[in-house]
Amino acid sequence: MTHWIILPIVLPAFLAPFIVLAARHHIGIQRVFSVAGVVALIALALGLVWAVSDGSVLYYRLSNWAAPFGIVLVADRLSTLMVLLTSVLALFVLLYAIGSGWDSRGRHFHALFQFQLMGILGAFLTGDLFNLFVFFEVLLIASYGLMIHAGGNARLKAGVQYVLFNLIGSTLFLFALGSIYAETGTLNMADLAQRVALIGAEETVGIRIAAVLLLLVFAIKAAIVPLHFWLPSSYAEAPAPVAALFAIMTKVGAYAIIRVYTMIFPPNLEATMGLHDLWLLPAALVSLAIGMIGVLAARKLDRLIAFSIIGSMGMVMVAISLFSPVGIAAALYYIIHSTLAGAILFLISDLVRTGRGNLDLTAQPPMRGTHMTAGMFFVGAIAMAGLPPLSGFLGKLLVLDASYGADLVVWVWAIVLSSSLISVIGFARAGSVVFWKAHGLGPMEPDAETARPATLAYVAIGGLFAMLIAHTVFAEKVHAYTTTVATELFAHDTYMSLVLETPGKLSDPKEAH
Amino acid sequence: MELLVASAIGVLTTAGIYLVLRLRTFPVILGMSLLTYAVNIFLFASGRLTIGAPPILQDGVTTYTDPVPQALVLTAIVISFGMTAVVVMISLGAYLGSDDDHVDDQPEATGSEERS
Repeated sequence: MTHWIILPIVLPAFLAPFIVLAARHHIGIQRVFSVAGVVALIALALGLVWAVSDGSVLYYRLSNWAAPFGIVLVADRLSTLMVLLTSVLALFVLLYAIGSGWDSRGRHFHALFQFQLMGILGAFLTGDLFNLFVFFEVLLIASYGLMIHAGGNARLKAGVQYVLFNLIGSTLFLFALGSIYAETGTLNMADLAQRVALIGAEETVGIRIAAVLLLLVFAIKAAIVPLHFWLPSSYAEAPAPVAALFAIMTKVGAYAIIRVYTMIFPPNLEATMGLHDLWLLPAALVSLAIGMIGVLAARKLDRLIAFSIIGSMGMVMVAISLFSPVGIAAALYYIIHSTLAGAILFLISDLVRTGRGNLDLTAQPPMRGTHMTAGMFFVGAIAMAGLPPLSGFLGKLLVLDASYGADLVVWVWAIVLSSSLISVIGFARAGSVVFWKAHGLGPMEPDAETARPATLAYVAIGGLFAMLIAHTVFAEKVHAYTTTVATELFAHDTYMSLVLETPGKLSDPKEAH
Repeated sequence: MELLVASAIGVLTTAGIYLVLRLRTFPVILGMSLLTYAVNIFLFASGRLTIGAPPILQDGVTTYTDPVPQALVLTAIVISFGMTAVVVMISLGAYLGSDDDHVDDQPEATGSEERS
């Protein structure tokens, strides 16, 4: 059973080179293997979620080396939930990429897609900070390839900015890891949690710098203002299925913040007191406001969606920065919602691009399949803007409810509610310009170079909608589950004792002779 | 020794940040390389500075150097090497495609004039 944990990493890691080496000339075979791999990942993720649902924590020691010395993979409720979310998202995104033909517009889409999954799943499952860095790099280097998939000058240009920004982020991450190692002598998360708590009050300078650097790195990933500048152009220029998959990448940053700042630097730790409520919460509120104002200001549909992603990450971070079990539970509920909604909107924007050739927010003659696309955009926009009846509204209610006891409650309520209004206006304006005003301009010329989107593309978006509706209908069950996840995060004794006290292989110099 | 290592990290980081803040891809990539060199030396220093001591257990040796930072640095070197290669290729593609090596977005009017 314990070996199951590493399978979500090993499976795509083997599938990707196989696709490159054995199937690089046959797009059909690539598609079959890629989809089969993702379906297997979903099965694995369901198995892992089921295995930890009774509160147990699974762990895997690589090469069986004992914990603080060897690398461990740990699967608790939070990790497995994120693994499941990633693999479900990946399936529909992959179906869309196949249906719309995006995967055949450049080389090695499926191999890069599998490497990307390997990096994301590894980041969720690892129990070691340096290993987290390595998996970040794996997911980043795959994302560089995916981001410039199918080429084009604008995309390459945005790709350069994206790569350079993330390289600086990686360098910061290494500086943070170096200072953490210099202060504590370990990089295992459970071991770190114990040692950081032991640092005396006068000697916290190094560890405080490390905590802030680490927060900056994760904030870059999560696109929190003022570190969000990489997101709009890279998400807007990336191929739509890739942008939809990237919807989970910002959540990797959110996950890392939840994990590290509940476990290693918990809110009641004296050394890093004030980091959450004094710095993270205002930054999150500003990103929420900036994101939604960006929705109103955007002149192209893809930029609009990218800014709505920033806004929704702001909402997630508002809930996270409360650092209470209620707040984290609300954040996790909203993370699932915003991943699905963001992916849906990016895929719909690709339908619009297929239908009329560009994404400018100007009135143009109606495109093919306009009724279906318009209907889906309407529902997707409702979800993202957080109107009833979909899960965005419930998530927002949960966040508002969780913030009730916080110091900045007035600010949280004011910004969450007014930014919702702004985003409703922004989405309504975009929708009416793109879909309604089109009918005033007469029918489209029949010989235009645009094509009707494929059926499989609609199936993929429909599947994501089904997930979103299920997330709404079973909101009570999901929220109950995220509440247990959050409670477990604040009482991580099982995790700690399991990782640190289970005996593993140790190097014994006498035995070697 | 401490002064030498500390000032090496400081000078490399300063030069790296200065170059990263330039707006053309070539100096930015050079700056990124300098920053990765700085961080590699920094990682070495995180295991305390020891001269001439082995990292692996041996008979008759009492002082050891910490082997973990060396492993970390090795990983970091490999990763930054790969990343630099990727960014050079992508920015070369972007430069050859649009005949413009600015990292930031140029105002649209001037950009289109140059190309036409």
